[in-house]
Amino acid sequence: MAAKSKVVGSFREAVADIPDGSTIAFGGFAMPGTPFNLIKALLELGVKRLTLVGNTTGGAQQPRMPDMGMLVENGQVAKVICAFTAATRPTDTLPFTKYYESGECDAELVPQGTLAERMRAAGAGIPAFYTPTAVGTELAEGRETRVINGREYLLEYALPLDYAFIRARRADTFGNLQFHRAQRNFNPVMATAARCTIVEVDEPIVPAGEIDADAVHCSGLFVRRLVQVPPAPEGLWPTKRQERRR
Amino acid sequence: MSGTKGINRQQMADLIARQFQDGWVVNLGVGIPTMCSNTDIGDTDIVYHSENGIIGYGSVAAEGHEDLNLVNAGGQNVTLKPGAAVVHHADSFGIIRGGHIDVTVMGAYQVSCRGDFANWKLKGQKGGGIGGAMDLAACAKRVFIILEHTTRDGSSRLVPECDLPVTARGVVKLVATNYGLFEPTGDGFLLREIAPGLTVDEVRAATGAKLTVADPLPTVRLPG
Repeated sequence: MAAKSKVVGSFREAVADIPDGSTIAFGGFAMPGTPFNLIKALLELGVKRLTLVGNTTGGAQQPRMPDMGMLVENGQVAKVICAFTAATRPTDTLPFTKYYESGECDAELVPQGTLAERMRAAGAGIPAFYTPTAVGTELAEGRETRVINGREYLLEYALPLDYAFIRARRADTFGNLQFHRAQRNFNPVMATAARCTIVEVDEPIVPAGEIDADAVHCSGLFVRRLVQVPPAPEGLWPTKRQERRR
Repeated sequence: MSGTKGINRQQMADLIARQFQDGWVVNLGVGIPTMCSNTDIGDTDIVYHSENGIIGYGSVAAEGHEDLNLVNAGGQNVTLKPGAAVVHHADSFGIIRGGHIDVTVMGAYQVSCRGDFANWKLKGQKGGGIGGAMDLAACAKRVFIILEHTTRDGSSRLVPECDLPVTARGVVKLVATNYGLFEPTGDGFLLREIAPGLTVDEVRAATGAKLTVADPLPTVRLPG
């Protein structure tokens, strides 16, 4: 196993070679596992015509942290692929919604499990798969379905990525990762689907061999770059969600 | 809830939670459904699954004891019960798609007699908020819905046919509203339990579909 370290000195350096037009997935579900620092570096880099993939365009919860919606507001995004282009509650508004309604940014709305499976498939060499999800809904209109053993399924295609930005609790220099609790979510799945996975890491990065092989959640073979998150306020960390008034 | 008749939000959640059976794996959607985990269901052993890969979460974390990397589907900081496990998103939805969830409880805008329901998109809206709802609706063994019986302008949310884009078709088994507990029967709804202080005629008048009534008809049990 190559002992070359994948550790990069700064978030700016970790994203510096990303070209216009890239497809980039952001891990995270609510706060846990969201790569706030890499998203911030992408905002500063200013690359354009991006296709962004993730659970939500963001901005429904306070305090607001760097999210997909901010890159849209910054004019960097051609299209988003996600499970929410609008908020769950009709009384809430996502900042992204107006950009979608005006046509300034395109969107592909995908059920969350289908989104995860499309990336899993991309990483596992499966070009497409059938799922019962969304059969009989507006999302299935005009698309290929097939009846298998008496049940109708919808054809979904794999979703390969150029880059995945994810966050983990621990990493070794080879890129083996451990997540803490709900940090895991989409993160190891996106890592398998991307040509280049960049990880922001909570704890000091340890030498290869320090994380026991049986305890690795995501193999370093899926990881290209690691950046240590500095303490706040320089580094961005999850905060407690402010409860909405009802 | 002020101004609306019947039982309140927590009582609607309680009504649904009392239907849970020992050993069930339960997925609670955002909003009123999360209140099911507050219900005292005695010794009934439930495993709560959250779509972000948490299997076996417990109550909301006490102030000052939150783990900011541990949330349920609604983004609330929760706790883990003994026996809990964490999996990634593809496995979490494999659990859902694979039929390992006994019941999913969700909110909705409308439910139809045939068990269709709508909860991701408003009329005329571009896009929407699907999250995990379509996966759960299509694949959980049972779908229970909690919703207010009528809209703000008084029209029924229990309808012969959804006129909003549906989340899934023919999947709803039980519906709790502030008026009671209902079961879609294909050509209408069966009223199985009625909220205290309401008459069958009042429920029928507020329901936009054919209503049959269980005999005997129990009144929704309230604690205390």
